[in-house]
Amino acid sequence: MEYTPNELMVSQAARQLRNGEVVFVGIGLPNMACNLARRLHAPDLVLVYESGAVGARPDRLPISIGDPALVTNSLSVCSMFDIFSYYLQGGLIDVGFLQGAQVDRFGNLNTTVIGDYFHPSVRLPGSGGACEIAILARRVLVIAPQSRRSFPERVDFITSPGFVDGPQTRSRLKMPGQGPAMIITDLGCYEFQQGEMTLTSLHPGSSIEQVRGATGWPIRVAKELETTEPPAAEEIRIIREELDPAHLYI
Amino acid sequence: MQTKLMPMNEAISRFVNDGDTIVIEGFTHLICFAAAHEIIRQRRRDLTLCRLTPDLIYDQLIGAGCARKLIFSWAGNPGAGPLYALRRAVEQARPRSLELEEYSHYGMVARFTAGAAKLPFYPLRNYMGSDLPGVNPNIKTVVCPFTHEELAAVPPLNPDIAVIHAQRADEQGNAQIWGLLGVQKEAAFAARNVIVVAEEIVGEKVIRSDPNRTLVPALIVKAVVHEPFACHPSYAQGHYDRDNDFYLRWREVSRSESSFNAYLDEWVYKVKDRAEYVMRMGEQIARLRARQQMCGPVNYGY
Repeated sequence: MEYTPNELMVSQAARQLRNGEVVFVGIGLPNMACNLARRLHAPDLVLVYESGAVGARPDRLPISIGDPALVTNSLSVCSMFDIFSYYLQGGLIDVGFLQGAQVDRFGNLNTTVIGDYFHPSVRLPGSGGACEIAILARRVLVIAPQSRRSFPERVDFITSPGFVDGPQTRSRLKMPGQGPAMIITDLGCYEFQQGEMTLTSLHPGSSIEQVRGATGWPIRVAKELETTEPPAAEEIRIIREELDPAHLYI
Repeated sequence: MQTKLMPMNEAISRFVNDGDTIVIEGFTHLICFAAAHEIIRQRRRDLTLCRLTPDLIYDQLIGAGCARKLIFSWAGNPGAGPLYALRRAVEQARPRSLELEEYSHYGMVARFTAGAAKLPFYPLRNYMGSDLPGVNPNIKTVVCPFTHEELAAVPPLNPDIAVIHAQRADEQGNAQIWGLLGVQKEAAFAARNVIVVAEEIVGEKVIRSDPNRTLVPALIVKAVVHEPFACHPSYAQGHYDRDNDFYLRWREVSRSESSFNAYLDEWVYKVKDRAEYVMRMGEQIARLRARQQMCGPVNYGY
Protein backbone atom coordinates (compact mmCIF):
# COMPACT_ATOMS: atom_id res chain seq x y z
CA MET A 1 0.00 0.00 0.00
CA GLU A 2 1.24 3.49 -0.88
CA TYR A 3 2.10 5.78 1.99
CA THR A 4 3.62 9.24 2.50
CA PRO A 5 6.87 9.96 4.38
CA ASN A 6 4.86 11.57 7.20
CA GLU A 7 2.68 8.47 7.53
CA LEU A 8 5.81 6.34 7.78
CA MET A 9 7.30 8.61 10.47
CA VAL A 10 4.05 8.66 12.45
CA SER A 11 3.71 4.88 12.40
CA GLN A 12 7.37 4.42 13.41
CA ALA A 13 6.98 6.86 16.28
CA ALA A 14 3.77 5.17 17.45
CA ARG A 15 5.56 1.81 17.64
CA GLN A 16 8.12 3.23 20.08
CA LEU A 17 5.39 3.85 22.67
CA ARG A 18 4.60 1.11 25.16
CA ASN A 19 1.20 0.52 26.70
CA GLY A 20 0.77 2.29 30.04
CA GLU A 21 3.48 4.87 29.48
CA VAL A 22 2.98 8.53 30.26
CA VAL A 23 3.74 10.68 27.22
CA PHE A 24 4.27 14.43 27.02
CA VAL A 25 2.71 15.14 23.65
CA GLY A 26 3.80 17.81 21.17
CA ILE A 27 1.90 19.42 18.36
CA GLY A 28 1.58 17.96 14.83
CA LEU A 29 3.09 14.56 13.98
CA PRO A 30 3.92 13.57 17.60
CA ASN A 31 0.31 14.14 18.51
CA MET A 32 -0.78 11.84 15.68
CA ALA A 33 1.74 9.17 16.70
CA CYS A 34 0.40 9.11 20.28
CA ASN A 35 -3.20 8.96 19.19
CA LEU A 36 -2.34 6.19 16.68
CA ALA A 37 -0.59 4.14 19.39
CA ARG A 38 -3.59 4.64 21.68
CA ARG A 39 -5.92 3.19 19.04
CA LEU A 40 -3.68 0.17 18.42
CA HIS A 41 -1.20 -1.46 20.82
CA ALA A 42 -1.24 1.09 23.66
CA PRO A 43 -4.84 1.78 24.73
CA ASP A 44 -3.65 2.73 28.23
CA LEU A 45 -1.14 5.34 27.07
CA VAL A 46 -1.58 8.47 29.19
CA LEU A 47 -1.39 11.60 27.07
CA VAL A 48 -0.19 14.70 28.91
CA TYR A 49 -0.29 18.02 27.06
CA GLU A 50 1.72 21.04 28.20
CA SER A 51 -1.50 23.04 28.08
CA GLY A 52 -2.64 21.17 31.20
CA ALA A 53 -4.74 18.26 29.93
CA VAL A 54 -3.87 14.89 31.51
CA GLY A 55 -5.27 11.64 30.16
CA ALA A 56 -6.73 13.46 27.17
CA ARG A 57 -8.88 11.57 24.66
CA PRO A 58 -9.36 14.08 21.86
CA ASP A 59 -12.14 13.07 19.46
CA ARG A 60 -10.70 15.30 16.74
CA LEU A 61 -7.13 16.10 15.70
CA PRO A 62 -6.07 19.03 17.87
CA ILE A 63 -4.66 21.68 15.56
CA SER A 64 -3.14 23.44 18.53
CA ILE A 65 -1.67 22.12 21.76
CA GLY A 66 -4.49 23.85 23.64
CA ASP A 67 -7.48 22.60 21.67
CA PRO A 68 -10.77 22.43 23.63
CA ALA A 69 -11.16 18.79 22.53
CA LEU A 70 -8.23 17.93 24.83
CA VAL A 71 -10.24 19.09 27.84
CA THR A 72 -13.57 17.40 27.08
CA ASN A 73 -13.47 13.87 28.64
CA SER A 74 -9.87 14.13 29.91
CA LEU A 75 -8.91 12.74 33.34
CA SER A 76 -7.60 16.00 34.76
CA VAL A 77 -7.02 19.58 33.72
CA CYS A 78 -4.42 21.46 35.72
CA SER A 79 -2.40 24.65 35.57
CA MET A 80 0.84 24.86 33.63
CA PHE A 81 2.68 25.21 36.93
CA ASP A 82 1.34 21.77 37.92
CA ILE A 83 2.25 20.27 34.55
CA PHE A 84 5.84 21.49 34.53
CA SER A 85 6.58 21.22 38.26
CA TYR A 86 4.71 18.13 39.43
CA TYR A 87 4.38 16.07 36.26
CA LEU A 88 7.54 16.87 34.27
CA GLN A 89 10.07 17.96 36.93
CA GLY A 90 8.39 15.56 39.37
CA GLY A 91 9.54 12.68 37.19
CA LEU A 92 6.21 11.31 35.98
CA ILE A 93 6.88 11.61 32.24
CA ASP A 94 8.24 8.47 30.52
CA VAL A 95 8.44 9.84 26.99
CA GLY A 96 8.82 13.37 25.65
CA PHE A 97 8.15 14.00 21.97
CA LEU A 98 10.07 16.75 20.23
CA GLN A 99 10.64 18.18 16.79
CA GLY A 100 13.52 20.30 15.60
CA ALA A 101 14.26 22.62 12.71
CA GLN A 102 17.87 21.48 13.18
CA VAL A 103 19.14 18.20 14.70
CA ASP A 104 22.83 17.50 15.22
CA ARG A 105 25.31 14.65 15.74
CA PHE A 106 24.65 14.53 19.51
CA GLY A 107 20.88 14.84 19.23
CA ASN A 108 20.74 18.50 20.22
CA LEU A 109 17.71 20.33 18.83
CA ASN A 110 17.36 23.89 17.58
CA THR A 111 13.98 25.60 17.33
CA THR A 112 15.25 29.10 18.12
CA VAL A 113 17.26 30.71 15.28
CA ILE A 114 19.08 29.87 12.08
CA GLY A 115 22.33 31.85 12.11
CA ASP A 116 23.53 34.15 14.88
CA TYR A 117 21.11 34.61 17.80
CA PHE A 118 21.24 38.41 17.73
CA HIS A 119 21.24 38.70 13.91
CA PRO A 120 19.35 35.62 12.78
CA SER A 121 18.80 34.74 9.14
CA VAL A 122 15.57 33.03 10.26
CA ARG A 123 13.84 33.59 13.58
CA LEU A 124 12.11 30.35 14.70
CA PRO A 125 9.42 30.05 17.43
CA GLY A 126 11.78 29.25 20.33
CA SER A 127 11.65 26.62 23.07
CA GLY A 128 8.10 26.42 24.31
CA GLY A 129 8.32 23.47 26.67
CA ALA A 130 10.97 21.69 24.58
CA CYS A 131 14.04 22.63 26.64
CA GLU A 132 12.68 21.22 29.89
CA ILE A 133 11.18 18.17 28.17
CA ALA A 134 14.61 17.38 26.67
CA ILE A 135 16.21 17.66 30.11
CA LEU A 136 13.55 16.04 32.30
CA ALA A 137 11.59 13.38 30.36
CA ARG A 138 12.85 9.83 30.97
CA ARG A 139 13.47 9.39 27.25
CA VAL A 140 12.94 11.58 24.22
CA LEU A 141 11.68 10.74 20.74
CA VAL A 142 12.30 13.12 17.86
CA ILE A 143 10.52 13.36 14.51
CA ALA A 144 12.27 15.50 11.89
CA PRO A 145 12.47 15.49 8.08
CA GLN A 146 16.14 15.07 7.13
CA SER A 147 18.34 17.19 4.88
CA ARG A 148 21.96 18.35 4.95
CA ARG A 149 20.76 21.81 6.04
CA SER A 150 18.58 20.55 8.87
CA PHE A 151 21.13 17.95 10.08
CA PRO A 152 24.36 19.94 10.56
CA GLU A 153 27.24 18.59 12.63
CA ARG A 154 26.47 21.25 15.23
CA VAL A 155 23.13 23.11 15.55
CA ASP A 156 23.29 26.93 15.36
CA PHE A 157 21.65 27.15 18.78
CA ILE A 158 20.95 24.44 21.37
CA THR A 159 17.34 25.05 22.39
CA SER A 160 16.87 21.54 23.75
CA PRO A 161 19.95 19.56 24.74
CA GLY A 162 20.50 16.00 23.58
CA PHE A 163 23.87 14.53 24.57
CA VAL A 164 25.34 18.07 24.15
CA ASP A 165 28.90 17.10 23.10
CA GLY A 166 29.48 13.52 24.17
CA PRO A 167 28.26 10.46 26.09
CA GLN A 168 29.15 11.68 29.61
CA THR A 169 27.88 15.24 29.42
CA ARG A 170 24.27 14.64 30.49
CA SER A 171 25.30 12.91 33.70
CA ARG A 172 28.04 15.49 34.35
CA LEU A 173 25.43 18.28 34.04
CA LYS A 174 23.05 16.23 36.26
CA MET A 175 20.21 16.08 33.75
CA PRO A 176 17.50 13.81 35.19
CA GLY A 177 16.34 12.38 31.83
CA GLN A 178 18.29 9.94 29.68
CA GLY A 179 18.10 12.04 26.54
CA PRO A 180 17.11 11.19 22.97
CA ALA A 181 16.31 7.50 22.42
CA MET A 182 15.44 7.72 18.74
CA ILE A 183 15.41 10.22 15.88
CA ILE A 184 12.87 9.31 13.20
CA THR A 185 13.33 10.97 9.81
CA ASP A 186 11.92 10.42 6.33
CA LEU A 187 15.04 8.35 5.48
CA GLY A 188 15.60 6.17 8.52
CA CYS A 189 15.66 5.70 12.28
CA TYR A 190 18.65 6.61 14.42
CA GLU A 191 19.59 5.56 17.91
CA PHE A 192 22.48 6.79 20.05
CA GLN A 193 25.74 4.91 20.60
CA GLN A 194 28.29 6.67 22.82
CA GLY A 195 26.01 9.68 22.66
CA GLU A 196 26.26 9.87 18.88
CA MET A 197 23.47 9.52 16.32
CA THR A 198 23.74 6.12 14.64
CA LEU A 199 21.67 4.84 11.72
CA THR A 200 19.96 1.67 12.92
CA SER A 201 17.12 1.27 10.42
CA LEU A 202 16.76 2.35 6.83
CA HIS A 203 13.30 3.04 5.41
CA PRO A 204 12.21 1.01 2.35
CA GLY A 205 13.38 2.80 -0.79
CA SER A 206 16.07 4.93 0.84
CA SER A 207 19.79 4.17 0.65
CA ILE A 208 22.86 4.75 2.82
CA GLU A 209 24.18 7.10 0.12
CA GLN A 210 20.99 9.17 0.44
CA VAL A 211 21.44 9.26 4.23
CA ARG A 212 25.10 10.36 3.86
CA GLY A 213 24.04 13.07 1.39
CA ALA A 214 21.45 14.38 3.85
CA THR A 215 23.72 14.44 6.92
CA GLY A 216 26.24 17.19 7.70
CA TRP A 217 28.91 14.87 9.17
CA PRO A 218 30.16 11.31 8.56
CA ILE A 219 27.19 9.41 9.98
CA ARG A 220 27.71 6.26 12.03
CA VAL A 221 25.94 3.18 10.73
CA ALA A 222 25.02 0.27 13.01
CA LYS A 223 26.65 -3.09 12.32
CA GLU A 224 23.28 -4.77 12.03
CA LEU A 225 21.36 -2.31 9.92
CA GLU A 226 17.66 -3.11 9.67
CA THR A 227 14.98 -2.21 7.16
CA THR A 228 12.04 -0.28 8.61
CA GLU A 229 8.74 -2.13 8.62
CA PRO A 230 6.44 0.06 6.47
CA PRO A 231 3.11 1.26 7.91
CA ALA A 232 0.40 -1.41 7.86
CA ALA A 233 -2.88 -0.86 6.02
CA GLU A 234 -4.74 -0.43 9.32
CA GLU A 235 -2.27 2.21 10.52
CA ILE A 236 -2.67 4.15 7.28
CA ARG A 237 -6.46 3.88 7.48
CA ILE A 238 -6.56 5.26 11.03
CA ILE A 239 -4.20 8.11 10.14
CA ARG A 240 -6.17 9.13 7.04
CA GLU A 241 -9.73 8.52 8.18
CA GLU A 242 -9.65 9.19 11.92
CA LEU A 243 -6.61 11.24 12.88
CA ASP A 244 -6.18 13.66 10.00
CA PRO A 245 -9.24 13.58 7.75
CA ALA A 246 -8.58 17.17 6.62
CA HIS A 247 -4.99 16.20 5.66
CA LEU A 248 -3.40 19.03 7.61
CA TYR A 249 -0.26 17.07 8.39
CA ILE A 250 -0.18 14.09 6.06
CA MET B 1 -20.28 47.65 47.47
CA GLN B 2 -19.69 49.74 44.37
CA THR B 3 -19.63 47.82 41.12
CA LYS B 4 -16.35 47.52 39.19
CA LEU B 5 -18.26 46.90 35.98
CA MET B 6 -17.26 49.24 33.14
CA PRO B 7 -16.98 49.15 29.34
CA MET B 8 -13.73 47.92 27.76
CA ASN B 9 -12.70 51.35 26.47
CA GLU B 10 -12.93 52.80 30.00
CA ALA B 11 -10.99 49.89 31.55
CA ILE B 12 -8.17 50.26 29.01
CA SER B 13 -8.01 54.04 29.21
CA ARG B 14 -7.93 53.97 33.02
CA PHE B 15 -5.53 51.09 33.61
CA VAL B 16 -3.23 50.74 30.57
CA ASN B 17 -0.62 53.48 30.12
CA ASP B 18 2.13 54.09 27.58
CA GLY B 19 5.30 52.30 28.68
CA ASP B 20 3.47 49.75 30.86
CA THR B 21 4.44 46.12 31.21
CA ILE B 22 1.31 44.17 30.34
CA VAL B 23 0.21 40.55 30.29
CA ILE B 24 -2.87 39.27 28.48
CA GLU B 25 -2.60 35.57 29.26
CA GLY B 26 -4.55 32.45 28.34
CA PHE B 27 -2.83 29.39 26.89
CA THR B 28 -4.64 28.97 23.55
CA HIS B 29 -7.81 29.22 25.63
CA LEU B 30 -9.42 32.51 26.86
CA ILE B 31 -7.08 34.90 25.01
CA CYS B 32 -8.76 38.29 25.28
CA PHE B 33 -8.43 39.73 21.77
CA ALA B 34 -11.07 42.35 22.60
CA ALA B 35 -8.68 43.97 25.11
CA ALA B 36 -5.82 43.99 22.59
CA HIS B 37 -8.03 45.57 19.91
CA GLU B 38 -9.01 48.33 22.32
CA ILE B 39 -5.34 48.94 23.21
CA ILE B 40 -4.59 49.24 19.47
CA ARG B 41 -7.54 51.64 18.99
CA GLN B 42 -6.34 53.80 21.88
CA ARG B 43 -2.85 53.77 20.31
CA ARG B 44 -0.91 52.81 23.40
CA ARG B 45 2.86 52.86 22.78
CA ASP B 46 6.13 51.44 24.19
CA LEU B 47 4.44 48.53 25.95
CA THR B 48 6.44 45.59 27.25
CA LEU B 49 4.34 42.57 26.34
CA CYS B 50 4.56 39.36 28.41
CA ARG B 51 3.05 36.03 27.41
CA LEU B 52 4.24 32.45 27.06
CA THR B 53 2.92 32.31 23.49
CA PRO B 54 2.64 35.74 21.83
CA ASP B 55 0.09 34.17 19.43
CA LEU B 56 -1.93 36.27 16.98
CA ILE B 57 -2.91 38.66 19.76
CA TYR B 58 0.62 40.03 20.24
CA ASP B 59 1.38 39.75 16.53
CA GLN B 60 -1.44 42.29 16.12
CA LEU B 61 -0.19 44.56 18.94
CA ILE B 62 3.39 44.40 17.61
CA GLY B 63 2.35 45.05 13.99
CA ALA B 64 0.22 47.98 15.16
CA GLY B 65 3.32 49.56 16.73
CA CYS B 66 2.19 49.29 20.38
CA ALA B 67 5.17 47.31 21.71
CA ARG B 68 8.84 47.98 22.35
CA LYS B 69 9.69 44.67 24.06
CA LEU B 70 8.44 41.10 24.20
CA ILE B 71 9.03 38.63 27.06
CA PHE B 72 8.01 35.16 25.86
CA SER B 73 8.76 31.46 25.41
CA TRP B 74 7.19 30.32 22.12
CA ALA B 75 6.46 32.68 19.25
CA GLY B 76 4.54 30.97 16.46
CA ASN B 77 1.09 30.65 14.94
CA PRO B 78 0.13 27.26 16.43
CA GLY B 79 -0.16 24.68 13.68
CA ALA B 80 0.02 27.32 10.95
CA GLY B 81 3.54 28.78 10.74
CA PRO B 82 5.35 31.91 11.89
CA LEU B 83 4.08 35.22 13.27
CA TYR B 84 4.97 37.53 10.40
CA ALA B 85 4.41 40.90 12.12
CA LEU B 86 6.69 39.82 14.95
CA ARG B 87 9.30 38.67 12.43
CA ARG B 88 9.10 41.99 10.54
CA ALA B 89 9.72 43.82 13.80
CA VAL B 90 12.66 41.59 14.76
CA GLU B 91 14.26 41.20 11.32
CA GLN B 92 13.50 44.62 9.73
CA ALA B 93 12.49 46.87 12.67
CA ARG B 94 9.10 47.50 11.01
CA PRO B 95 6.95 49.30 12.09
CA ARG B 96 9.56 49.64 14.86
CA SER B 97 12.27 47.55 16.50
CA LEU B 98 11.35 44.98 19.12
CA GLU B 99 13.53 43.83 21.98
CA LEU B 100 13.20 40.13 22.83
CA GLU B 101 13.65 38.46 26.21
CA GLU B 102 13.31 34.75 25.81
CA TYR B 103 12.68 31.78 28.11
CA SER B 104 11.21 28.32 27.88
CA HIS B 105 7.61 27.77 29.04
CA TYR B 106 8.73 26.55 32.45
CA GLY B 107 10.94 29.61 32.84
CA MET B 108 7.98 31.93 32.15
CA VAL B 109 5.71 29.95 34.48
CA ALA B 110 8.40 30.23 37.18
CA ARG B 111 8.77 33.99 36.63
CA PHE B 112 5.02 34.58 37.11
CA THR B 113 5.02 32.24 40.13
CA ALA B 114 7.86 34.16 41.81
CA GLY B 115 6.06 37.40 40.94
CA ALA B 116 2.80 36.18 42.49
CA ALA B 117 4.51 34.89 45.65
CA LYS B 118 6.71 38.03 45.94
CA LEU B 119 9.87 35.94 45.95
CA PRO B 120 13.21 37.28 44.59
CA PHE B 121 13.65 34.26 42.30
CA TYR B 122 12.23 30.86 41.49
CA PRO B 123 14.44 27.76 41.28
CA LEU B 124 14.03 25.08 38.66
CA ARG B 125 15.94 22.05 37.45
CA ASN B 126 16.40 23.25 33.93
CA TYR B 127 18.58 24.89 31.24
CA MET B 128 21.79 22.86 31.73
CA GLY B 129 23.22 22.12 28.28
CA SER B 130 20.94 24.66 26.59
CA ASP B 131 22.17 27.88 24.94
CA LEU B 132 19.25 29.89 26.41
CA PRO B 133 21.13 31.11 29.54
CA GLY B 134 23.92 32.32 27.25
CA VAL B 135 21.61 34.81 25.50
CA ASN B 136 19.43 35.75 28.47
CA PRO B 137 21.32 37.09 31.52
CA ASN B 138 18.12 36.75 33.57
CA ILE B 139 18.55 32.96 33.57
CA LYS B 140 21.09 32.38 36.34
CA THR B 141 22.03 29.61 38.73
CA VAL B 142 21.68 29.29 42.48
CA VAL B 143 23.18 26.78 44.91
CA CYS B 144 20.68 25.00 47.15
CA PRO B 145 21.55 25.70 50.81
CA PHE B 146 20.45 22.17 51.80
CA THR B 147 21.72 19.81 49.10
CA HIS B 148 24.36 22.14 47.60
CA GLU B 149 23.20 21.25 44.09
CA GLU B 150 23.19 23.93 41.44
CA LEU B 151 19.77 24.90 40.12
CA ALA B 152 18.58 27.37 37.51
CA ALA B 153 16.91 30.53 38.81
CA VAL B 154 14.75 33.16 37.16
CA PRO B 155 13.60 36.51 38.60
CA PRO B 156 9.99 37.46 39.37
CA LEU B 157 7.84 39.02 36.66
CA ASN B 158 5.43 41.65 38.03
CA PRO B 159 3.50 43.30 35.20
CA ASP B 160 1.76 46.64 35.72
CA ILE B 161 -1.45 45.19 34.41
CA ALA B 162 -2.94 41.74 33.71
CA VAL B 163 -6.01 41.11 31.58
CA ILE B 164 -7.69 37.86 32.59
CA HIS B 165 -10.59 36.45 30.62
CA ALA B 166 -13.09 34.25 32.47
CA GLN B 167 -16.24 32.38 31.52
CA ARG B 168 -18.07 34.11 34.33
CA ALA B 169 -17.49 36.73 37.01
CA ASP B 170 -19.51 38.87 39.40
CA GLU B 171 -19.46 42.67 39.38
CA GLN B 172 -16.70 42.71 42.01
CA GLY B 173 -14.37 40.58 39.87
CA ASN B 174 -14.60 37.12 41.43
CA ALA B 175 -13.75 35.21 38.27
CA GLN B 176 -14.51 31.56 37.56
CA ILE B 177 -12.63 29.66 34.90
CA TRP B 178 -12.77 26.07 33.70
CA GLY B 179 -11.00 24.21 30.93
CA LEU B 180 -7.33 25.05 30.31
CA LEU B 181 -6.04 27.30 33.09
CA GLY B 182 -2.63 28.17 31.61
CA VAL B 183 -0.85 30.65 33.91
CA GLN B 184 -3.87 32.92 34.41
CA LYS B 185 -3.82 32.66 38.19
CA GLU B 186 -0.06 33.26 38.51
CA ALA B 187 -0.20 36.20 36.05
CA ALA B 188 -3.14 37.78 37.90
CA PHE B 189 -1.53 37.54 41.34
CA ALA B 190 1.81 38.78 39.95
CA ALA B 191 0.31 41.93 38.39
CA ARG B 192 -0.16 45.28 40.15
CA ASN B 193 -3.60 45.74 38.58
CA VAL B 194 -6.03 43.21 37.12
CA ILE B 195 -8.81 43.68 34.58
CA VAL B 196 -11.24 40.76 34.49
CA VAL B 197 -13.18 40.31 31.24
CA ALA B 198 -16.06 37.83 31.33
CA GLU B 199 -18.36 36.09 28.89
CA GLU B 200 -21.11 36.31 31.49
CA ILE B 201 -21.73 38.49 34.56
CA VAL B 202 -23.42 36.55 37.34
CA GLY B 203 -24.61 37.35 40.84
CA GLU B 204 -22.37 36.75 43.84
CA LYS B 205 -24.72 33.90 44.79
CA VAL B 206 -23.68 31.94 41.68
CA ILE B 207 -20.00 32.43 42.56
CA ARG B 208 -20.60 31.32 46.16
CA SER B 209 -22.43 28.19 44.97
CA ASP B 210 -19.16 26.87 43.46
CA PRO B 211 -16.20 28.53 45.22
CA ASN B 212 -13.58 25.99 44.05
CA ARG B 213 -13.97 27.33 40.54
CA THR B 214 -12.96 30.90 41.45
CA LEU B 215 -9.45 31.31 40.02
CA VAL B 216 -9.12 35.06 40.55
CA PRO B 217 -10.68 36.72 43.63
CA ALA B 218 -12.23 40.20 43.61
CA LEU B 219 -9.66 41.49 46.09
CA ILE B 220 -6.98 41.76 43.38
CA VAL B 221 -9.31 43.04 40.63
CA LYS B 222 -9.67 46.71 39.63
CA ALA B 223 -12.11 46.50 36.72
CA VAL B 224 -14.69 44.06 35.36
CA VAL B 225 -15.76 44.11 31.71
CA HIS B 226 -18.70 42.16 30.31
CA GLU B 227 -17.71 41.15 26.78
CA PRO B 228 -19.23 38.07 25.08
CA PHE B 229 -17.05 36.53 22.34
CA ALA B 230 -14.11 38.67 23.54
CA CYS B 231 -11.67 35.86 22.79
CA HIS B 232 -12.44 35.20 19.13
CA PRO B 233 -10.47 33.75 17.27
CA SER B 234 -9.34 32.05 20.50
CA TYR B 235 -12.04 30.18 22.41
CA ALA B 236 -13.92 29.88 25.68
CA GLN B 237 -14.71 26.33 26.81
CA GLY B 238 -18.45 25.82 27.00
CA HIS B 239 -19.13 29.04 25.06
CA TYR B 240 -17.46 28.87 21.63
CA ASP B 241 -14.83 26.89 19.77
CA ARG B 242 -11.46 28.05 18.51
CA ASP B 243 -11.70 29.56 15.01
CA ASN B 244 -8.98 27.38 13.47
CA ASP B 245 -9.75 28.73 9.98
CA PHE B 246 -8.96 32.23 11.20
CA TYR B 247 -5.59 31.08 12.58
CA LEU B 248 -4.77 29.42 9.24
CA ARG B 249 -5.87 32.50 7.28
CA TRP B 250 -3.74 34.75 9.50
CA ARG B 251 -0.70 33.29 7.73
CA GLU B 252 -1.78 35.11 4.55
CA VAL B 253 -3.20 38.18 6.28
CA SER B 254 -0.03 38.86 8.25
CA ARG B 255 2.46 37.92 5.52
CA SER B 256 2.64 41.43 4.03
CA GLU B 257 2.50 44.76 5.80
CA SER B 258 -0.26 45.98 3.47
CA SER B 259 -2.65 43.07 4.08
CA PHE B 260 -1.87 43.24 7.81
CA ASN B 261 -2.73 46.96 7.89
CA ALA B 262 -5.87 46.38 5.83
CA TYR B 263 -6.97 43.85 8.46
CA LEU B 264 -6.38 46.31 11.30
CA ASP B 265 -8.31 48.99 9.43
CA GLU B 266 -11.31 46.82 8.75
CA TRP B 267 -11.49 44.84 11.99
CA VAL B 268 -9.95 47.14 14.63
CA TYR B 269 -9.75 50.84 13.74
CA LYS B 270 -13.10 51.01 11.95
CA VAL B 271 -14.87 48.95 14.60
CA LYS B 272 -16.22 50.78 17.65
CA ASP B 273 -16.17 47.90 20.12
CA ARG B 274 -16.43 44.13 20.48
CA ALA B 275 -20.20 44.10 20.08
CA GLU B 276 -19.82 45.65 16.63
CA TYR B 277 -17.03 43.17 15.78
CA VAL B 278 -19.30 40.25 16.73
CA MET B 279 -22.20 41.70 14.73
CA ARG B 280 -20.01 42.17 11.65
CA MET B 281 -18.56 38.66 11.98
CA GLY B 282 -22.09 37.26 11.88
CA GLU B 283 -22.22 33.61 10.89
CA GLN B 284 -18.43 33.22 11.12
CA ILE B 285 -18.71 33.58 14.90
CA ALA B 286 -22.18 32.10 15.38
CA ARG B 287 -21.08 28.76 13.86
CA LEU B 288 -18.50 28.37 16.66
CA ARG B 289 -21.01 28.22 19.50
CA ALA B 290 -20.18 25.26 21.80
CA ARG B 291 -22.32 22.18 22.12
CA GLN B 292 -23.40 21.31 25.63
CA GLN B 293 -21.57 18.85 27.85
CA MET B 294 -22.56 19.48 31.48
CA CYS B 295 -20.63 17.99 34.42
CA GLY B 296 -22.19 16.23 37.35
CA PRO B 297 -23.08 18.48 40.31
CA VAL B 298 -21.03 18.32 43.54
CA ASN B 299 -22.29 18.61 47.08
CA TYR B 300 -20.83 21.55 49.04
CA GLY B 301 -22.96 20.83 52.09
CA TYR B 302 -21.66 19.76 55.48
